[in-house]
Amino acid sequence: MTNRHPPVSDWATDFDHTDSGWAADPYPIWAELRRRCPVAHSERYGGTWLPVTHELVSEVAYDTEHFTSRSIVVSERRPGPDDLPAPIGLSPPITSDPPYHGIIRKMLLPAFTPGPIAALEPFTRELCRELLAATEGRAALDAAADYAQHIPVRVIVRFLGFPQEDADIFRRFIRQVLEDVDQPADERRETLKELDAYMDAQIAEHTERPRDDLTSFLLNAEIGGENLSIGHVRGTMILLMIAGIDTTWSAIGAALWHLARHPEDRRRLAAEPGLMDTAVEEFLRAYAPVTMARLVTRDFDFHGCPLKEGDWLLLPFPAANRDPSVFEDPDVVRLDRARNRHAAFGLGRHRCLGSNLARMELRVALQEWLARYPDFELADPAAVTWSGGQVRGPRTLPVRIR
Amino acid sequence: MTAGTFRVHVDPDRCQGHNRCYSVSPDLFDLDELGMSSEVGQGLVPAALMNQARLAVDNCPEQAISLTKAEP
Repeated sequence: MTNRHPPVSDWATDFDHTDSGWAADPYPIWAELRRRCPVAHSERYGGTWLPVTHELVSEVAYDTEHFTSRSIVVSERRPGPDDLPAPIGLSPPITSDPPYHGIIRKMLLPAFTPGPIAALEPFTRELCRELLAATEGRAALDAAADYAQHIPVRVIVRFLGFPQEDADIFRRFIRQVLEDVDQPADERRETLKELDAYMDAQIAEHTERPRDDLTSFLLNAEIGGENLSIGHVRGTMILLMIAGIDTTWSAIGAALWHLARHPEDRRRLAAEPGLMDTAVEEFLRAYAPVTMARLVTRDFDFHGCPLKEGDWLLLPFPAANRDPSVFEDPDVVRLDRARNRHAAFGLGRHRCLGSNLARMELRVALQEWLARYPDFELADPAAVTWSGGQVRGPRTLPVRIR
Repeated sequence: MTAGTFRVHVDPDRCQGHNRCYSVSPDLFDLDELGMSSEVGQGLVPAALMNQARLAVDNCPEQAISLTKAEP
């Protein structure tokens, strides 16, 4: 990504989650902060805090009094007067607070339980096989760009009921919304307007021709006997699209990155298919892609830190997952780790709605990759690039097939 | 009930529907239509499923599951 900010001088007092050092390898940064101060501070983005222990990350996740989810992506663009007011927020329910949050979430939850997700598995498996078949005969390929990135985008496009050929448009929107967070506020507003217009066209199309997909499900949904407003439907569609794509792409890519570098794990996973579920959880723990954010609701003292109303707070679940006070040898990937209370999907009432979907995609993507390419390695370790910001994963991952 | 019988219980106020317990032991846990978990029946754990019960406890991110000795 482009970086418009100066390099970080001190991670404890001047951190920036869009810094290239964070994108490349954030784990030593978090380890250092865990020793120096469990809560780092930065003046960037108008004031941001960063707790790095599992205990403090949990505490914030469970505290909806001092922290609001009204905006969950730290950027130069703070929620303004045009935004929907709390407790709904721009993209319900991720940007909603209780009690409204629970009402909207309840409406969505049944669509994401193991049953309906299992119904998407054959499509996902077929898709993975097609993507791999297209690489036939190649000795080198980009596991992130040629494989991982296409899986979640096509699955969510199918789930929402949009044309499959729009997958490329989606990838561009997502990059702009999630990765280019340091772009100037007015440019960012334009990007979001374009995204709204796309969704509005889909809503109009689905209103005219309802069908069996998530978009029609949202348009038919009722709360208190009334349909959701168009703004609410649009916000939730944008949420499902954004939350479902970059995140899972990152998780699949990071797992493949690990396997490319660890032949012993690769061989073991190929030889012991029964280990896959545990291995998937371990990849999610060790390489959790998603850092959330909150806004502080009022001035208060948080473990000696003077939090001010309107400050951002980053909620780094990936850092919580590497906390040695909760996980034995947290920096070691153990495919058979039996005790694994990882927080890759968050904690508390905002637990990732799509966790079953993400797990299914990650498992199927790895199964199909290993079935076709049991032996592969990084073609050029220096060529691997990682996205920064709040969703971290490999964006360029050149591998050599053996 | 014999001595040494154990019981699992899901605290409904803590469960957020991660579905980890259901994944490691569909015999001991069940999901409702929202994906929230509860123990099957009285939560009594057959000896053969003790390991699964422990795994469920050890993998619940919300620490919502307890494993206790059943009343004699």
